[in-house]
Amino acid sequence: MTGLIFRRLAIGLVTMWAVSLLVFASTEILPGDVAESILGKEAPDDVIAAMRERLGLNEPAHVRYWDWLSGLFVGDLGVSLGSGREISELIDDRLWNTVRLASVTAIIAVPLAVILGLISAMRAGTVMDRSISIGTLCMISLPEFFVAALLVYVFAVQLRWLPALPIVRPDQSLWSSLTSIVLPVMTLTFAVLAHMARMTRNAVINVLSSAYVEMALLKGVPNWRIILFHAFPNALSPIINVIALNLAYLVAGVVIVETAFGYPGLARLMVDAVGTRDVPLVQACGMIFCATYVLLNLLADVLSILSNPRLRTQK
Amino acid sequence: MRNLLEVKNLCVQGRPPGGEYVPIVKGIDFSIKPGEVLALIGESGSGKSTISLSTMGYARPGCRISKGEVLLNGEDVLLLDKQSRRNLRGEKVAYVAQSAAASFNPSLRINKQVTEAPTLHGIMKEDEAVNHAVELYKSLDLPNPETIGKRYPHQVSGGQLQRLMAAMALSCTPDLLVLDEPTTALDVTTQIEVLKAFKVIISRENTAAIYVSHDLAVVAQVADQIMVLRNGEMVEQGSTEQIINHPRHEYTKTLMSAVRQTPPCDQAHEEDQADADSHLLGVRNLTAAYGPVTILRDVNVVVDKMETIGVIGESGCGKSTMARVISGILPPVVGEIRLDGSVLPGAVKGRSREELKRIQFVFQMADVALNPRQTIGKILGRPLKFYHDMNPAQCKERVGELLELVELPREFAKRFPGELSGGQKQRVNLARALAAEPEVILCDEVTSALDTVVAASVIRLLESLQERLGVSYVFISHDLSTVAAFADRIVVLYAGRVVEQGPTSRVLSPPFHPYTKLLLSSVPELRQGWLEDVAETQEARSGIARDVTLSAVGCPFTDRCPMSIKGVCDTQSAPIRKPVAGHEIACHREIEELITGVNLAEVSASA
Repeated sequence: MTGLIFRRLAIGLVTMWAVSLLVFASTEILPGDVAESILGKEAPDDVIAAMRERLGLNEPAHVRYWDWLSGLFVGDLGVSLGSGREISELIDDRLWNTVRLASVTAIIAVPLAVILGLISAMRAGTVMDRSISIGTLCMISLPEFFVAALLVYVFAVQLRWLPALPIVRPDQSLWSSLTSIVLPVMTLTFAVLAHMARMTRNAVINVLSSAYVEMALLKGVPNWRIILFHAFPNALSPIINVIALNLAYLVAGVVIVETAFGYPGLARLMVDAVGTRDVPLVQACGMIFCATYVLLNLLADVLSILSNPRLRTQK
Repeated sequence: MRNLLEVKNLCVQGRPPGGEYVPIVKGIDFSIKPGEVLALIGESGSGKSTISLSTMGYARPGCRISKGEVLLNGEDVLLLDKQSRRNLRGEKVAYVAQSAAASFNPSLRINKQVTEAPTLHGIMKEDEAVNHAVELYKSLDLPNPETIGKRYPHQVSGGQLQRLMAAMALSCTPDLLVLDEPTTALDVTTQIEVLKAFKVIISRENTAAIYVSHDLAVVAQVADQIMVLRNGEMVEQGSTEQIINHPRHEYTKTLMSAVRQTPPCDQAHEEDQADADSHLLGVRNLTAAYGPVTILRDVNVVVDKMETIGVIGESGCGKSTMARVISGILPPVVGEIRLDGSVLPGAVKGRSREELKRIQFVFQMADVALNPRQTIGKILGRPLKFYHDMNPAQCKERVGELLELVELPREFAKRFPGELSGGQKQRVNLARALAAEPEVILCDEVTSALDTVVAASVIRLLESLQERLGVSYVFISHDLSTVAAFADRIVVLYAGRVVEQGPTSRVLSPPFHPYTKLLLSSVPELRQGWLEDVAETQEARSGIARDVTLSAVGCPFTDRCPMSIKGVCDTQSAPIRKPVAGHEIACHREIEELITGVNLAEVSASA
């Protein structure tokens, strides 16, 4: 089993390296020039040239790639070209904001999705199953910015229960920081619910047609117990994998929601950095997102292995 | 005595996907007294499983019990509400399924599953139930009864799992056991053990049982009454003695004749030993392994043109591995495979299209081997395009011919595998192999999943194809009687080694290798009392209940062999004895000893 995990870990590292190449290459081909975007279009050519020299932009690409990569290994993300501050410092707050939004969403969305999926599986083909299916599909079909606007209109404008824009301050109490992110959390929950719920439903239904479920039925085991103790543990592997993908999305794919609510998260930092041609910052964000995907998928693999006695008890 | 179970005018309907309900069980009546065993027998589709399940008030998805009464201790099971029906299941009526491997939940420990019913029904507390389970394991002769329940299902062998499922069914000491083909998936040797265990428990607990099977010989060993079913209707019912010895109905007689008897010996002609290179297919000094585990050791087998080689042995003996090596799926570690005298590359990748074309594989599970999303025409068209570069029009024509060749209508080209019966799917599977126009076809347990009558028709088809097309077969089966009736020569594999091979008539008559003798004596005979008799033979007592263990030194059969010689058989490889040319037995015993059999008492006295 440990062998299996190490292999996955190694594959993860290779993926990270491949992504680092991609991230670097794609920032290379971004149109525009950093020095020019810092100094403005009217800056004289010789000032821009001096700036380029100072920023090390005249070095050949492979040298810059190597400098950057070796920096990453020792935790040095470099200096932001835009503000001149350490990137790790810039990212610190933003990352924490993103993680908070993602984890609150996950704590609500994952159990909710699994429960909805289990109910659908138990009542497959009934009105209940179809309503859950249609409901979650509607939620995922609506664009996130539309859902966000709708929620703001209902809860902030009409009902005036919640703030339209989340206020994020360091001195905030836990309660107010939680209420301030209710709307973004709801929007994100809507976005990730359908995928996880449907996978849970289908994985469990798949298992429900197996001989050991019929056996449990013929032992007089009640339905809810069959679903929870006989079917669900055997359906875990695909469910865990879908959950991992959705969690990764919550960290890396939330730019629209962050923008819609003016939420100071990591994804928005990255988009802003693209706008200012702040290449080191874009690269750092890219690598963090990639690491999130790799780590969550690795975690999913490990959990899948642990959920399967055949793999777990391998000699 | 009062009847435990009375079934009156039972009707069950089934609905094919998207279709209307049609009757599948049409007014069945029977009754069972406590301690009595009723066998339901018939081909697949006869409704025997459906009837047995309805005694638990259960109909499989897509089916419904439409009419009738099922009275258990005078109470109609079909009228019970959900909760009472749940209380009945597992507690009063317990079920034993065909495949223990599929019926145990892979992610729960065995004890958890065995004790689930008694704890759930409130009969016992968890720890009492575990103690009771251990008692059951002991009475079922399971190894390590104290600890075996702590394992997961994949950690015990198939035969043990089948007995563990019996323990699961008995955990609440039910009044009625429903046994649905409980030994069909087992080796003959394991089948004896499981049948013995059922008999002991049924007589000890005075449990009544419904025994569903397609195998009359097995049923003859356990049943008091037999009901013969066909298309959901009763054909004939009577005592086991009457049905076996004096069947009245024509259909029952047909079923009896489908039970293939081991053919009389010495009817086959003697074969000339041909020169080694003149064989169509030759396997030489073959050793094959999965990773560090060596499965096959030093295997030598030849196949001639238009010849059928039967490969037999229990599960785990390396039969399928041999086919996989010949086909190139698993490259050998040592040894070579020759086709028409020239050496074939070990791996599929190394073989040319022409070489691939000449050896084709037919898999056991037609269900799994056919892509459910492709039409039969497409499935058969692929090898035609790959091997013969046919254009679509030629393909279509040839697919029709192939279907006719395997005795299926041409229209089947438009159907999907899901619309075909098990036997038809196996014919398509065969047609796919024939599409390449091969010289050798490797048949891996192709009839094992089919019931007796259908299996017999597939065998007849294989024989007629051989006559018309001149193909050779390597026919792998754990069913000795099928191989005996069909093969020209037999190869007996044990723990990855050839222990005996030769012309069928030679292998099936003395001198036997002790393992061949064990296998032969384990095939159920169509007479009552056979089970008791066979349990008394020395082969059975010494060797039946063991699993196959692979070993590198000595004769692998030593620890199960009633004739083994201490210090010789367990340390030295067995010499190959040749009673006649072409017949080989790998054994330390002299041919004379193998003909007469050795007195076991003598051996144990001297030991």
